[in-house]
Amino acid sequence: MEAFTTHTGRAVPLRRSNVDTDQIIPAHWLKKVTRDGFEDGLFEAWRKDPDFVLNQPAHQGATVLVAGSDFGTGSSREHAVWALQNYGFKAVISSRFADIFRGNSLKNGLLTVVLPQETVDALWELTEAEPTAEVTVDLVNRKVVAPGVEADFELDENARWRLLEGLDDISLTLKNEEAIAEFEASRAAFKPRTLAA
Amino acid sequence: MGRTLAEKVWDDHVVRRVEGEPDLLFIDLHLLHEVTSPQAFDGLRKAGRGVRRTDLTLATEDHNTPTLDIDKPIADPVSRTQLETLRKNCADFGVRLHPLGDVEQGVVHVVGPQLGLTQPGTTVVCGDSHTSTHGAFGALAFGIGTSQVEHVLATQTLPMAPFKTMAVTVNGELPEDVTAKDLILAIIARIGTGGGQGYVIEYRGEAIEKLSMEARMTICNMSIEAGARAGMIAPDETTFAYVEGREHAPQGEEWEAAVAYWKTLRTDEDAVFDHEVVIEASELAPFVTWGTNPGQGAPLSQAVPDPATFQDVSAKLAAEKALEYMGLSAGQPLREVTVDTVFVGSCTNGRIEDLRSAATVLEGRSVADGVRMLVVPGSVRVALQAVEEGLDKVFTAAGAEWRHAGCSMCLGMNPDQLQPGERAASTSNRNFEGRQGKGGRTHLVSPQVAAATAVLGHLASPADLADVREPATV
Ligand code: SF4
Repeated sequence: MEAFTTHTGRAVPLRRSNVDTDQIIPAHWLKKVTRDGFEDGLFEAWRKDPDFVLNQPAHQGATVLVAGSDFGTGSSREHAVWALQNYGFKAVISSRFADIFRGNSLKNGLLTVVLPQETVDALWELTEAEPTAEVTVDLVNRKVVAPGVEADFELDENARWRLLEGLDDISLTLKNEEAIAEFEASRAAFKPRTLAA
Repeated sequence: MGRTLAEKVWDDHVVRRVEGEPDLLFIDLHLLHEVTSPQAFDGLRKAGRGVRRTDLTLATEDHNTPTLDIDKPIADPVSRTQLETLRKNCADFGVRLHPLGDVEQGVVHVVGPQLGLTQPGTTVVCGDSHTSTHGAFGALAFGIGTSQVEHVLATQTLPMAPFKTMAVTVNGELPEDVTAKDLILAIIARIGTGGGQGYVIEYRGEAIEKLSMEARMTICNMSIEAGARAGMIAPDETTFAYVEGREHAPQGEEWEAAVAYWKTLRTDEDAVFDHEVVIEASELAPFVTWGTNPGQGAPLSQAVPDPATFQDVSAKLAAEKALEYMGLSAGQPLREVTVDTVFVGSCTNGRIEDLRSAATVLEGRSVADGVRMLVVPGSVRVALQAVEEGLDKVFTAAGAEWRHAGCSMCLGMNPDQLQPGERAASTSNRNFEGRQGKGGRTHLVSPQVAAATAVLGHLASPADLADVREPATV
């Protein structure tokens, strides 16, 4: 995973709540067997509308998405995170994220930042008035800074450390090989198995 | 202090606990399907890793599989590649797979319980949000992303931060015409699509205890639609009776030991939930959705709500957008909404009891002119059972299409899709924009309401049908 420390870029205001993963990346895109090439599927249905915010020339090249509450609800598809990253987003800001989406994003180095709705509103107003305004998402100091906006955010220490270091979860877990083997040895015999012994 | 059911199951699976870090949880059962696993196997290959516990892993093909002509090669080359990739991955890594055409094939959440693999007190994961279904057995079951799928394949564990706990208590008895689907739609409308975020919901109370295992699965299945990570119901005699004798159920002394353990899996009297919701069963009625998320629902007897009456600004905005997408206007009675398609199936309502209840409504009646009705069993076993009971004949005699098992129109990854503007009553779980086909409009309903709707051509419950049964033909 690529490490995330701090990022500065332009932001896109997405004034919608409950953006579900079927909107982020529709199911027919899920047939691909790789992690890349999803950028054209991102918000596919909405992007057909020339007025959709991502289509506006002023917002081209933006790397921070500022969305309404309950972003990423619905299916567990990690493709939603890959699509956002493939398109070029480094961070998503919302007042609330769906749990599975949030977990997926942090595992892939896409920083999901939870800020109060007032701050999201302020960022919407700023980026609508001034699309070239730069927003800095600083994980080292847990701060979002933009002209006229400065807000602290929380992220649990462990997730933050993994992101800052770009650590691979599997290698970290495998350091506990002994504990896993010990647990396996003590499991009850009645637990189900998918293969005949 | 006492512990909740969820906390007990969690604690029994902690491999490693260190202050300030997520717990490392052992996973008892890992289910796979073709959509969310290819990149995970790819990751294993790149890192030179294997599957740690093939004996705790099971794969089925479901999302892309066609429901017609299953003996012919799959027409869509991309779907075909995805299924072939799963077959190759399972062969390379030694994972048991039930491919299209196999008698155990079906929607992953129908197959696990049916084989007796889903058991009380286990941890179950799958790269699929509706893994919450398995919580009906008192398992801690939750959907995971592809990176986590890879993590479980490699280590049989997952680092997880603890969930919060919520109790949804349903007092009293459900009225006769109210099903588990109506109940869960009403619960979601009440707590909202984000209301369960961060929580494991335990459903309890008299009305829940009376439900069959299949109805409990319908409830737990849709926990994710309230934003919850998992839904659980304490195992009881109904649960034990369902598991007993199934292919992978414990036997003999092991059965005794298992049941003794399962009986300990109840929330202690003095346990405290982080949040509690109480619902009176007697106040419920058949429920349908009018919008584009599962929380936008109302009793069938009501009208499409007026967004102007919504207090919350973002709920109001969402309702306006939803009505525009759905082609509905405020104040329109829900019973007058006509449909083009009716879909009975999915991991929410594609089990044998669901097919039985739809068939009971359809028997001696016909699907309205101009309405297409698809019946897609959740698994091959469900299909075989339905055929044995003659349900397929009831469906075809009424003019419905009887299809092969799979996810089908639940998400339209195979050819079963809605056309733009087409309206459906669907027993599935998501009414998101475009979920069942680009531009398609979905109303979530119970199997009974689906069947009555098919007969009348507009949203309806079996009670509306009193006079349209044709005399029985000999
Ligand atoms: S039936 Fe629908 S919800 Fe269930 S696993 Fe298949 S696509 Fe997902």
